[in-house]
Amino acid sequence: MNREIYLDNNATTKMAAEVIKAMRESENVYGNPSSMHSLGREAAQYINDARDNVAKLLNCNSEEIIFNSGATESNNTVFHIAAQLIKQGKGKRILTTSIEHPAIIETVKYLKKEGLEIDLIPVDREGRVKTEEFKKLLSNDVCLVSIMAGNNENGTIQDIKKFSSMTHEVGSLFHTDATQAIGKIKVDCRDWDVDYLSLSGHKFYGPKGVGALFVKKGAPKMTFINGGHQENGFRAGTYNTQAIYGMGIAAKLAYQTLAFETDRLWKMREALRKGILEKIDEVVVNGCQEHCLPGTLNVSFERVEGESMLLMLDMKKIEVSTGSACATGSLKPSYVLLACGLPVEMAHGSIRFSFGRFNTMEDVDYVLEVLPPIIKKLREISTR
Amino acid sequence: MNFMTQWVYSETVREHFTEPKNLWKKSENFEPNGVGEVGSLACGDQMRVGIIVEDDKIKDIRWLTYGCASAIASTSMMSVMVKGMKLSEAYQITPDVINDALGGLPAHKFHCSVLGDKALRAAIDDYLEKNNLDNPYKKQVAKVICECKNVTDQQIEKLVKTGEVKNLEELKQKTSYGTGCGKCKDKVADLFNDYMHLYGKEV
Repeated sequence: MNREIYLDNNATTKMAAEVIKAMRESENVYGNPSSMHSLGREAAQYINDARDNVAKLLNCNSEEIIFNSGATESNNTVFHIAAQLIKQGKGKRILTTSIEHPAIIETVKYLKKEGLEIDLIPVDREGRVKTEEFKKLLSNDVCLVSIMAGNNENGTIQDIKKFSSMTHEVGSLFHTDATQAIGKIKVDCRDWDVDYLSLSGHKFYGPKGVGALFVKKGAPKMTFINGGHQENGFRAGTYNTQAIYGMGIAAKLAYQTLAFETDRLWKMREALRKGILEKIDEVVVNGCQEHCLPGTLNVSFERVEGESMLLMLDMKKIEVSTGSACATGSLKPSYVLLACGLPVEMAHGSIRFSFGRFNTMEDVDYVLEVLPPIIKKLREISTR
Repeated sequence: MNFMTQWVYSETVREHFTEPKNLWKKSENFEPNGVGEVGSLACGDQMRVGIIVEDDKIKDIRWLTYGCASAIASTSMMSVMVKGMKLSEAYQITPDVINDALGGLPAHKFHCSVLGDKALRAAIDDYLEKNNLDNPYKKQVAKVICECKNVTDQQIEKLVKTGEVKNLEELKQKTSYGTGCGKCKDKVADLFNDYMHLYGKEV
């Protein structure tokens, strides 16, 4: 195999050819979309176009989309809004899960230091939110509930529709971080009935550094980044026209290819899962197999450490990621896998394969050819 | 683009990782007279070292490592370095020496290399104990307390004794202890207080 077998699409994706083409075409659109003159209005047209495309993908109104730098900013903004609401006396607590992305987990740590009361809803062994535990934590003093749609590490999908409905029953606001779900499963703001939703362009073949926050009409809005009057004063900062336009094209593509992609990703993922279980022993598949992002496969190999596997695969031009502590520089392995009750040593031995639109069945075959001897070799070196 | 430019480790680390030397293969029936094991699977790395000692020298050595590339490469490098060495010399091998021989590990990977020499010392201790021999090395060797920044008990003792540091904050500034993984903090604090007491300094 001469090319890279990129199986780290949950980390980021390669831009689609259509996106690159659109961004090239718009690279000379230099007018400030906020300017009233014709160059400004021309640029604003590109922003509007992108807004319509993203809104269509999410099944919402264009006015409900706020462009920003990505899901990290979206998540920070939503928690900022909740913190302000709590200050104003609208609720006392925030609920979120123990397996959220660091963009939320770290924000929670920060806000807790600031004195906010935030409870983490536990998940079961498959990474699914425990409904009963959630019920116990939920009451009318909750300001905001934030539950991710699909997990970046093990791919577990949550029942967002159910949780948002439970949340609304007690009169609280509901947010979902749908960063990993976009382009992989159907994300429908109306059907899910969420108040806020976060996404990043680069997770679905768009450019990096651009994303959006959906805010349902009528849901509380507050400015997180102060400055100019962009996005109706809700998010200041000159528009990155080219990137926003590129993300819009990516959204359009995701809308058109969703059903096809969901099916294709799942087939590749399943072929890899079955192949690994067939060819390698002492393997545990992590996450929920019934409710899983179609392209995500997280596997723990007993007696082998993740970073070693990652580097050996890398030398064979296969790019993956691991939940091992050694790959991150901390001493603790993936908090997501630990929260699901996986033993520490199994979390150290985890590998995440995440498929995308550029992968083929050939890639699966190649991994299944290369991986078993790597595991065998590392197990021969291992103390266990 | 050259693939190697993206490799986070040195060429030497890569070589020892992909082609480990003195690996303890089940098939070869290696019979050591000293065995040491340190670390745990839960911590993410574990090493076992077996040595054959003859005439106070390490005649042969084998090892096994569960861990990342740094851990594997540093055990392999250690095994190459100490083969043929006198016990007195081998006992003095430190993570720094192994790290240098490997061409330097990235700073955040240094703590992965600190187990190799410990496993070796454990094997030497085991050999001496099994043969009812006196262990003259154990006392001489400084014990690493902070693995990430390689701060030893002797170093802390000296800084307290000379009055160079008067509190934990100063010790931290001087040695950077506890700024890596941070798991040594309590141990350092206990030891620091012991030395402060021992040398009659006020905490």
